[in-house]
Amino acid sequence: MEEERKKSRLSLSQREALWGYAFISPWIIGFLIFTLGPMLASLYFSFTDYNIIDPPTWAGIDNYRRAFFEDPIFWHSLKRTLYFAALALPLGLAFGLLLAILLNQDIPGVNLWRTLYFLPSVIAGVAIALLWSRIFNPRVGILNPFLENVLGIENPPGWLLDPDWAIPALVIMGLWGIGGTMIIYLAGLQGIPTTLYEVAKIDGANSWQRFRNVTLPLMTPVIFYNLVIGLIASFQYFTEVYVVTSASGELGGPARSTLVYNLYLFQNAFRFFEMGYASALAWILFVIILVVTVLVFRSSPMWVFYEGQVRR
Amino acid sequence: MTTLAESTAKTAVSPNIFQRARQSMKAHSLFLKGLTTLILAAGAVVILIPLVFMVSTSLKDRNQLRATPPPLLPWETVMVEVNGKEEPLYKVNLDGQEVEMALIKNQPQGQGLFVFPDNAEETYLLTIADQELLRKLEIHPENYIEALTSVPFPRYLLNTMIVTFVGMFGMLLSSSLVAYGFSRFRAPGLNILFLILLSTIMLPRQVTLIPVYILFQKMGWVDTLLPLIVPLFFANAYDVFLLRQFFMTIPLEMDEAARIDGANPIQNLFYVLLPQARPALVAIAIFHFLYAWNDFYEPLIYLHSRENWTAAVGLQTFDALYSVNTHLIMAASVVLVLPPILIFFFSQKIFTQGVVISGIKG
Repeated sequence: MEEERKKSRLSLSQREALWGYAFISPWIIGFLIFTLGPMLASLYFSFTDYNIIDPPTWAGIDNYRRAFFEDPIFWHSLKRTLYFAALALPLGLAFGLLLAILLNQDIPGVNLWRTLYFLPSVIAGVAIALLWSRIFNPRVGILNPFLENVLGIENPPGWLLDPDWAIPALVIMGLWGIGGTMIIYLAGLQGIPTTLYEVAKIDGANSWQRFRNVTLPLMTPVIFYNLVIGLIASFQYFTEVYVVTSASGELGGPARSTLVYNLYLFQNAFRFFEMGYASALAWILFVIILVVTVLVFRSSPMWVFYEGQVRR
Repeated sequence: MTTLAESTAKTAVSPNIFQRARQSMKAHSLFLKGLTTLILAAGAVVILIPLVFMVSTSLKDRNQLRATPPPLLPWETVMVEVNGKEEPLYKVNLDGQEVEMALIKNQPQGQGLFVFPDNAEETYLLTIADQELLRKLEIHPENYIEALTSVPFPRYLLNTMIVTFVGMFGMLLSSSLVAYGFSRFRAPGLNILFLILLSTIMLPRQVTLIPVYILFQKMGWVDTLLPLIVPLFFANAYDVFLLRQFFMTIPLEMDEAARIDGANPIQNLFYVLLPQARPALVAIAIFHFLYAWNDFYEPLIYLHSRENWTAAVGLQTFDALYSVNTHLIMAASVVLVLPPILIFFFSQKIFTQGVVISGIKG
C-alpha cells in the first residue's frame, strides 16, 4: 500500500505519522502543561518552603521529615482515612454485589427497581451531603427518632456530632449512593453466559452453589475493578466531609475525627498556604495509592479469575 | 450431585416425578422472586425517604421546622381563634361523640382545658394524650422563590452551566481528535504515548493541583471560570480511552471508502467516525455532565468571589453561613439536584450502555 503513490516529498507512512501526531497534539500539550510539568514542579516544591507569595526556598527533606516524625496530625489523618476505607470498601463491595444480584433477577418491574437504586448516585455532592447532615442531626433529623421510636434503640449516637460515630455516619451516607458500584456489577452479571447456570442446574447445584461456584468466580474481575477504583476514591475522599463539617465551624471535626488525609492536604495548601508541605503530602498520597494498588494487583492472581485461564 | 443420565433413569421409574419436580421448582422460583421483590421494596424505602425528607423540608416554614421529632411530611397543626388567641384544635371524644375542641391551657398530670371554639366560657378538663391533635398538610412553595433570590443563586446556576457545557464541548472535541489519532494512525511512539495516557487516569489530582493552581494564579485566571474549563480542551484521558475503544469497533472499510471518495482525515473523523460513534459520545457527555455539575473540589479552590461561584460552592457557603435556614437550603438543594435527575431519567439506557462500552469486564 505504501509504495502505491508518492504525491509529495513525504512518504505515505510519514504523512500518516504526521496526521497522527497532529490529532493527538491537544493531549500532548495538555499533558505537558497540566500533568508532567506540574508533577515535576510539585516534586520540587515538596523539597522547599513555599507560601506562594515569596519564592520557594530549598528545604531538603524537611517536609517529609516533618510529616513522618514531627506532625502527629499527619498520622492521625492517615489513620482516619484508613478507618474510613476499612469500613466503606468492604460494605460497599458486598452490598453493591448483593444489590446487583437482586436486580439481575427476572422479577416484574426490574427496570424500575434498577432506576430507583441508581438514582442517588447521579446526585452525589454538596446537596446530598447537606441533606444527610440534616438527617443525622440528633435534634432536627429523622434518623434518631426512627431508631428510638420504631426500633426501640435507647440513646442513639450523635452521628456527625460524635467523634466516635462521625466516620461511620459518612460511610452510611456513602452507602446510600451505592448505585454506581451496583451498575458496574450488574453489567458484569449480565455478561455471565446463562448456559453456565443451566449446566450447573442440570448437575444439581442449588442456588447457593450456583452463586459460590459460577457467579462469584466470574465476578472477581469486576470486584477487583471496583476494589481498585474504591481504594483510590477513598484516599481522595473530600467533598462530603468538607461540606458536613464546615457548617459546624471545625473542618474535619468534631475533635478532628473526620480530618481525613485529603482534607488535611487541602488545609495545608489553601488555608495555611504551606504549599511545600502540601506538595510533600500530595506525593506521599501518590506513593501510598501506587503501593496499595500494586499490592492489590499482585494479590489478584490468588483470587481474580479470568475466563480462558485455568484456575490454580 | 445427579448426572443427566441418572435423572433420566429416575423418570423412567416414575413418569410423574418430572412434572412434580417442575412444579416444585416453579413454586420455589416464585418464592424467590417474591422474596427478592420484598427485599428490594424495603431497600427502596431507605433510598426514597431521604429524598422525600429533602422535598418536604424544602416546603416547610420556620414554625414547621421546629417540630420534634420532625414529621416526614410538612404537617401543620390546625389552629383556631379563641378569645383573640390562636389555639391548637383537637378531635375530642366527648361522651362517645367526636367533636372538635381547642386546647386553651395545659394542666398538671397531662390534663388540659378544652373549649368549643365558638363558646370559650365552658371548659372541659380532659387528658391531652387521649385526644387527637388535628393537623393538615401545609406547603410553602414560596421557599423556592426566597431561596433563589436571597442569594444570587440564578447566577451560581448560570456559572455551573457555563462550566459544565463549555467544558463538555471542549472535552468532546479534544477527546475525539485524540482518540482518532490513537485509533487510526500508525506513528513511532504512539503506543507508548497511549500507555502514558492510560497511566494518567490513575494519577491523583492532588499531585498536580498546587503547581497548576500557581500557574493559573500567575496567569491571573484564579477567581475566574477559566481554570475549570480550559484544561478540558486538552482532552480527558478517561474519555479518550472510551472513545478509542469505540472507534476500534468501527470497521476500517468505512475509512477506506471515505478516502477513496477524496475525504481528508479531518473530514473522515467528522463525517464518518463521529456520526457512527454517537452512542459513545452521548454517554461520555452525560458522564461529564454529572461530574462537572456535582464537582465541588476545584470550584472551591479556584473561585473566591461570590459572583463567580458555581451552584455547588454557593450552596455550601449558604449552608455554612445560614445553616438554620434548613428549609431554604433544602429548596436550593432540590433545584440543584433536579437537572441531573431529569437527565438521568431521559437517558437511562445510555447509562447502562455507557458502562458496557467502558470495557470494564476483565
